[in-house]
Amino acid sequence: MSTIRVLVGTKKGAFILTADGNRQNWQISGPHFAGWEMYHLKGSPVNPDRIYASQTSGWFGQVIQRSDDGGKTWSTPDGSTPPVPGEMPAGVSNKFAYAGEVGMHKWYDGTQHPWEFKRVWHLEPSPTDPDTVYAGVEDAALFKSTDGGKSWQELSALRQAKGHLWQPGAGGMAVHTILPDPKNEQRIYVAISAAGAFRTDDGGASWKPINRGLKSLWELPDPEAEVGHCVHRIALHPSRPDRLFMQKHWDVLSTDNAGELWTEVSGDLPTDFGFPIDVHAHEPETIYVVPITSDSLHYPPEGKLRVYRSRTGGGEWEPLTKGLPQKDCYVNVLRDAMAVDSLDPCGIYFGTTGGQVYCSADSGDSWNAIVRDLPAVYSVEVQTLP
Amino acid sequence: MIRVVLPYHLRNLAGVGDEVQLDLTTPVTIGALLAAIEDRYPMLCGTIRDHDTLKRRPFIRYFACKEDLSLEPIETPLPAAVVQGEEPFLVVGAMAGG
Repeated sequence: MSTIRVLVGTKKGAFILTADGNRQNWQISGPHFAGWEMYHLKGSPVNPDRIYASQTSGWFGQVIQRSDDGGKTWSTPDGSTPPVPGEMPAGVSNKFAYAGEVGMHKWYDGTQHPWEFKRVWHLEPSPTDPDTVYAGVEDAALFKSTDGGKSWQELSALRQAKGHLWQPGAGGMAVHTILPDPKNEQRIYVAISAAGAFRTDDGGASWKPINRGLKSLWELPDPEAEVGHCVHRIALHPSRPDRLFMQKHWDVLSTDNAGELWTEVSGDLPTDFGFPIDVHAHEPETIYVVPITSDSLHYPPEGKLRVYRSRTGGGEWEPLTKGLPQKDCYVNVLRDAMAVDSLDPCGIYFGTTGGQVYCSADSGDSWNAIVRDLPAVYSVEVQTLP
Repeated sequence: MIRVVLPYHLRNLAGVGDEVQLDLTTPVTIGALLAAIEDRYPMLCGTIRDHDTLKRRPFIRYFACKEDLSLEPIETPLPAAVVQGEEPFLVVGAMAGG
């Protein structure tokens, strides 16, 4: 029987939840890196025992951790260059240096502000090589490691896609979504708050904004600007990588041409504000969102925690409530805190800022809390192991 | 032998106990001590001060002999009591709370 491993990043450490394919009885491991903010953990698709983790702290900055035994033990990928006495060791794994001239982006007050590295929000292991991993960072940039996380190089052409017009939102300015096209190694999608979605078709040598069709009526002076949109999350199904789904600050959208044009599919959602969006493992048009009341009220409408599912790629939505609190619930679900497994029926998972991690072993029809009292959940990833 | 006390989270990251001890050749300055810590424990690079500028991270403090040395230039010699191992050099995470 398969094993499910859920990697949970929280405000105060990481947790690993495991169960067999029935997904009923769970073992909890953690906290790993207790006391540190764990923004994201993700395993390599080609070597699931290799897991990368972003460990960060307002005091001590960024640390990259790596496990090669499925999360049992961890280490900082070794900086292999011997240090010169009196100087910093080169190539250490937590050094994220912007390439070339650092450059400027738009600051809150409209002035230009230099890029400053703060933390890694998202780690995306390559679908083909366990030593290659991408890092989406704040201030928004994309880095790549080809040595298992020992050293990082910026794919700096991304910031040339009108980076001077990008502006942080209240949560900062970060690359939070990285989607390598599973059918085309040269194509990668990224999403940035608050800049929009971008695509490269040449392995990162050049990037273009893919925000046509987005309308940000309340956030931007030009609602249809080429960049500046607060895209919260994009998702795709591996079988149809030109078909993308987006949860924007407000609005849920889809595209069937790799982002050349987006169409709103919010339909009959009670509110189209939210953070995560994900796609069923076996049904490319079945998607999930968690509606949140508004940009001012980051909790579910009416205090009812509801996942909404569309089996039609958006437009028509159904609330999924069985097993979820339907009164007095005022948690949020952050953008990186939803994931799916690849069993049949598909499992859906999400974590909340209240510390619950929920699992549905029946594609969303019913839910159970795996754990209820973790620190605020930042991220959830799922590995389906043979 | 210079004694260094690291904050809880950096002790865990480096896998060390309450205190580490380092041998330094003269001149024994704040910068030389920090470089020695980073040489011995490379996983601490970037967690106390910036990789390139060597600027102290904003919420890190250096204390020794009941003095705050955080704002002293890194060329500043360490107090004699620290050099002689009578007093530890403290790397401290600044207070936060409320």
